Amino acid sequence: MTNSVSEIRNASCFFVIGSNTTATHPVIGRQINAAVRGGAKLIVADPRETMLCRIADVWLRHQPGTDVALLNAMARVIIEEKLLDTSFIKERCDGFEAFEETVMAWDLSQAEEITGVPIKKISEAARMYASVSPATILYAMGITQHSHGTDNVKAVANLALLTGHIGKPSTGVNPLRGQNNVQGACDMGALPNVFTGYQKVEDPEIRKKFEEAWGCRLSSSPGLVLTEFFEAIHSGKVKALYLIGENPVLTEADTGFIEEAISRLELLVVQDVFLTETAQLADVVLPAASFAEKDGTFTNTERRVQRVRKAIEPVGNTRPDWMILCEIAQDMGAKGFDFESPEQIMEEIRTLTPIYGGITYERIDGVGLQWPCPDTKHPGTPYLYGERFTTPSGRGQITPISYSSPAEVTNHEYPLILTTRRSTFHYHGTLSRKVAGLNALRSEEQLEINPVDAAALEIEDGESVKVISRRGTVLAKTKISKITPPGVVSMTFHYAETRTNILTHAALDPVAKIPEFKVCAVKIEREIDYSTEYWGWGTGKD
Amino acid sequence: MTNDKRQMTNNKQPMTNNTTVTINGLDVKVPEGATILEAAHIAGIYIPTLCYCPGLTSEGTCRICLVKIENKKRLHPACRTPVKDGMVVITDDPEIERLRRVTLELILSDHDFNCLLCPKSGTCRLQELVNRIGFDEQRLNRLNWVAKDLPIDTSNPFFDFNPNKCIQCGICVRTCREISGVDAIAMGYRGYDLKVSTFGDKSLKESVCVSCGECVERCPVGALVPKNIQYPTREVKTTCVYCGVGCGLYLGVRGNSIVRARGDCENPVNRGELCVRGRFGYGFVHSPDRLSSPLVRAYDPLERTAHGMDETGRPGKPLTAPLVKREGRFVEVNWEQAIKYVSSTLVHYKGDEFAAVSSAKCTNEENYLFQKFVRAVMQTNNIDHCARL
Ligand code: SF4
Ligand code: SF4
Ligand code: SF4
Ligand code: FES
Repeated sequence: MTNSVSEIRNASCFFVIGSNTTATHPVIGRQINAAVRGGAKLIVADPRETMLCRIADVWLRHQPGTDVALLNAMARVIIEEKLLDTSFIKERCDGFEAFEETVMAWDLSQAEEITGVPIKKISEAARMYASVSPATILYAMGITQHSHGTDNVKAVANLALLTGHIGKPSTGVNPLRGQNNVQGACDMGALPNVFTGYQKVEDPEIRKKFEEAWGCRLSSSPGLVLTEFFEAIHSGKVKALYLIGENPVLTEADTGFIEEAISRLELLVVQDVFLTETAQLADVVLPAASFAEKDGTFTNTERRVQRVRKAIEPVGNTRPDWMILCEIAQDMGAKGFDFESPEQIMEEIRTLTPIYGGITYERIDGVGLQWPCPDTKHPGTPYLYGERFTTPSGRGQITPISYSSPAEVTNHEYPLILTTRRSTFHYHGTLSRKVAGLNALRSEEQLEINPVDAAALEIEDGESVKVISRRGTVLAKTKISKITPPGVVSMTFHYAETRTNILTHAALDPVAKIPEFKVCAVKIEREIDYSTEYWGWGTGKD
Repeated sequence: MTNDKRQMTNNKQPMTNNTTVTINGLDVKVPEGATILEAAHIAGIYIPTLCYCPGLTSEGTCRICLVKIENKKRLHPACRTPVKDGMVVITDDPEIERLRRVTLELILSDHDFNCLLCPKSGTCRLQELVNRIGFDEQRLNRLNWVAKDLPIDTSNPFFDFNPNKCIQCGICVRTCREISGVDAIAMGYRGYDLKVSTFGDKSLKESVCVSCGECVERCPVGALVPKNIQYPTREVKTTCVYCGVGCGLYLGVRGNSIVRARGDCENPVNRGELCVRGRFGYGFVHSPDRLSSPLVRAYDPLERTAHGMDETGRPGKPLTAPLVKREGRFVEVNWEQAIKYVSSTLVHYKGDEFAAVSSAKCTNEENYLFQKFVRAVMQTNNIDHCARL
């Protein structure tokens, strides 16, 4: 996030796109809710009718996968009606002219056709966002999980740059990070192309620094990204895989392929809290301690590094992940893994990572610190880009983006769009599914389908149906509701019993390499085949 | 136009204490717009309250906090009466005392007094008021003291609602509207039948309630209480493990078990609030499904020979029959064996034949160590995590 969570309540205009905030980030959702009740404006762009749509001033119900067309149309309105922040663009941005050209080449009626949103609404939203301040944009997976997710993100940023809605309190572009420590995992260099703090592995200076600190030679070529791993495993290039706390069999797109790839591995080590679907395929399973059984830090979506503290002794014969890693590394004869506590590890991180330079356990004891925090005197950074952007020139880049349709489109055979969502009660699944109460609240998959489609298919509410894509079939119970528009159905991916990701499409965004979870073409069939006498499933006893 | 915009972002002026009130003869300086109750708190004067809850609007329904204001005929609820400069307030005299007693007696008259078995006993606001204000037993008996006998709503997996203990303070209703923004519950029915109910009087589970438990946290009595409540013997400050908001929370511990989670009021992210996952989702820590011992896949000797694999082939050497090995079963081993197995096998895969997936659930320190391990020991940059998902 460019801003802090606590700044959200002070914004006067929200543009929420591709985020069901009240369900996925409830505590942030509430703040939007409170601000809107206090008179702030709310624009929501979402194909599904989320809770926020109900209190929105403008709800843009665009077709899944048409975000760029929508955002460009908004930009066009902003340019046409001279709602730009021209001095901001002049002082701090590059690329406006080229952008203007691309955007003006598209007229609004084309956008209306593609997105399904009336021109009137697009203009209203654009005017509202451009003219009310402080204005802030919030987005989540609904923007990134597309074959052109990087384009989506840039198109969002363009809007903020055009209107100067960035780099001030309560004003910015705020991606809501999913898992609790996604931010931290990125910061720590659990990425194929960078060390900690986004320092590039290709940079010889940086590499030298790490080689000296770690006392070894380091590879200069960036590694594969997660979504390419399975390709490489399938083709035999990668033979051994070590997974910590991940369950790709449940969470990756096109799981059929993933499982086949895993079966070709020579060695699979899984380190986790539970025997997940993936762990069941492993050669070695190492039982890890949970967050309540170890010390450490998490970094949240607003870049705040906060303490995690050991509350209880490790349950059973488990060990904290850091301890297991140290032991394996030392057993392999490696130096530099003789840590006795996470605090010692943080001391090493801090010397090698400029943005974490001032993070010590002592300083973050109370309420944490927001990076960049270069030294132990620095108070942390509540919002980014106040002075300069992180581009080499320090100027914001307005990038022309043209719309391209989703990688998979509907056709006669697969007439419906499937888009995935999350439930309030679960997060991915491994943890929350083990909480009896959370399971009781939402114990099985629900396929949301619009009454129009349900009627056409003669499907009843709660009926079990087959959802079929080009890649596979899963069973799910239907929930007929107007939450999804006609032509679109939606499912979560929290349930091992219903592996939604067997259906999803593995088309990757060319830059960020994120699979297109949000759009794939499916068809739905009734499960009961009336052509046989046999009615359905078992005796109901098992 | 940009300048106008910038001006609009101006913050409010800081509050100054510019209003003087006299409470029980004591002069207090308070910010303009403060209530009498807030002024009394600043002066360190106790006024009993029941339906007041910091952070919510005050509705002034319970009338326990009535106070006298000089030159005004009626008594005024301290929790929602703003102070004026020069106001003279009396918070306690025999008349106020008597009125408070009567109000309290009315509340008590249909309350299900079973304090010994009530999970709230000891921290209950009603008990506190009875101790502070007291009641007249004779008068209470004349009120035909019969406890309500309504069905208890146990449908929610995390908390129960016992309407027989409810004092209709409305805090839960306001919480659900103002804090959670859900509006799942409201005061339904009239007069004596007044009660907290969901839309259409359905059970909580069938309502739109999202089980965030904010109302449970604030209910002053034993009407909304967590299921299987156990009081912790110590609390540990930590961070929620579920989503990127990163709410600060306290885990309540008893023995080696987590028995409660509550929001950390000092944390600037959530200021004491939590959602259903943060508040009630810690149960996975004690799940019987937790892995408790390292596991290594063992193979049927028959199967091995059938596929031409050497009995002594493991541990140590890389495997050669990848499709077969998935069919073995797990055996429990001790940590030394497991570590030995992993380290002696991994040695054979240094370089780009190896790949690693780290976790967004692990700590920063662990993510750092893992990428260091992959880069420095396994000599490859094939490391990623699930940020993309
Ligand atoms: S648990 Fe949350 S949503 Fe449910 S009634 Fe209470 S405050 Fe409202
Ligand atoms: S349930 Fe609790 S908070 Fe709600 S009205 Fe009754 S006593 Fe008050
Ligand atoms: S309490 Fe809820 S909103 Fe807060 S971090 Fe946990 S899961 Fe996220
Ligand atoms: S506390 Fe003031 S009226 Fe209830």
